[in-house]
Amino acid sequence: MTEVKQKEEAYEDIPGTWVFDAQRARQGYHLNEFLYSLMKAENRKAFLADEAEYTKRFRMTEAQRQGVLHRDWNRLLELGGVSYALAKLAFTDGKSYQYMASRMTGMTEKEYVEMMLKGGRSPDGWRSKSERQGRA
Amino acid sequence: MARIIAGVGTSHTPAIGAAVDNGKSAEPYWAPLFQGYEPAKAWMARTRPDVVIMVYNDHVNAFDFKIVPTFALGCASEFPIADEGWGPRPVPPVQGYPQLAAHLVQSLVLDEFDMTIVNEMQVDHGLTVPMTLLYGTPHAWPCRVIPLAVNVIQYPAPTGHRCYMLGKAIRKAVESWNEDLKVVIFGTGGMSHQIQGPRAGLVNTPFDKAFLDGLSRDPERLVGIQPLEYLRDAGAEAIELVMWLIMRGALGERVEEVHRFYHVPASSTAVGNIILESR
Repeated sequence: MTEVKQKEEAYEDIPGTWVFDAQRARQGYHLNEFLYSLMKAENRKAFLADEAEYTKRFRMTEAQRQGVLHRDWNRLLELGGVSYALAKLAFTDGKSYQYMASRMTGMTEKEYVEMMLKGGRSPDGWRSKSERQGRA
Repeated sequence: MARIIAGVGTSHTPAIGAAVDNGKSAEPYWAPLFQGYEPAKAWMARTRPDVVIMVYNDHVNAFDFKIVPTFALGCASEFPIADEGWGPRPVPPVQGYPQLAAHLVQSLVLDEFDMTIVNEMQVDHGLTVPMTLLYGTPHAWPCRVIPLAVNVIQYPAPTGHRCYMLGKAIRKAVESWNEDLKVVIFGTGGMSHQIQGPRAGLVNTPFDKAFLDGLSRDPERLVGIQPLEYLRDAGAEAIELVMWLIMRGALGERVEEVHRFYHVPASSTAVGNIILESR
């Protein structure tokens, strides 16, 4: 029990990351079911035709629903959305994983692509929250 | 007797599939990656396995969160291509091998690996991108494929040690199938990457190169890497690398590295490819 708890807390120590563990999966279940529904072309069409109405089909919390309507990607991660399911919302908008990831970092897509072409983000300074604060 | 003759480790980044499907593979961004896979394609064309065991992960396509199997073995005769949100990839459906898959299930469960049996399943980029990278764009895939989907989406994923032991049990299961078959096993996903949150875009090239070295020369070291180390050092999605350890475990003790390629980036991912032949 203690060891499991320590591991869960250790996940929370990674900066800029919401680890999709069993608790977050539980919290995000209905949100992720909504996102999963966007695998079907007719559902993508219905969602885009009336986003607010379509999201009412799913038992999401109001905060999750607002996160969807505003494409508030990091908030959706925090509320239990998993990135691969969130990507279906990005695809429904005609965007890519890369676009979604860039929005999560606060960069433009162009800036993000340039960072990746230079070898990506170094893990230095990003391994733990204390290391991150030391750099900030 | 059926034999696992080799293992292929490869990333399965969806943007790679999209680049091929949209005719972009010769563009400057993509050309170095596809050139880097040419030797692996040539090796595959020479090797011509009868069966591929594809260790991969589903990305909320075959499985939503109603049921989350840790190890799911595809026992169907055919696996359709999933619509992941932008329409199915224009690649051939995947032909399974139900008889051999059923044998694997039987052997693995008796070896204490509780496989989930899947008789209907769509397959996503996790499976089709490695096929495209190693086989190109044929009208039909030239081998049968047994998908082994591993949960690496909802933490915790199975440990590296568990995966390595499963690989060993797969080798034993294949070798007890009384038909002359050449089998190649794939371990896919990775390498270092993170596609979520403000830390997205993380790449750790020294970690990846050490992982490739370890596959070739010291897999026991890799087996000891803890889940948190993958997350911290190589990105939240680097945990996919445990699937490469299933592949390595299935090759027996002695291997010869016949090809290696490493490239950054494909979208948000560090791409690795290694081919190990059993000796």
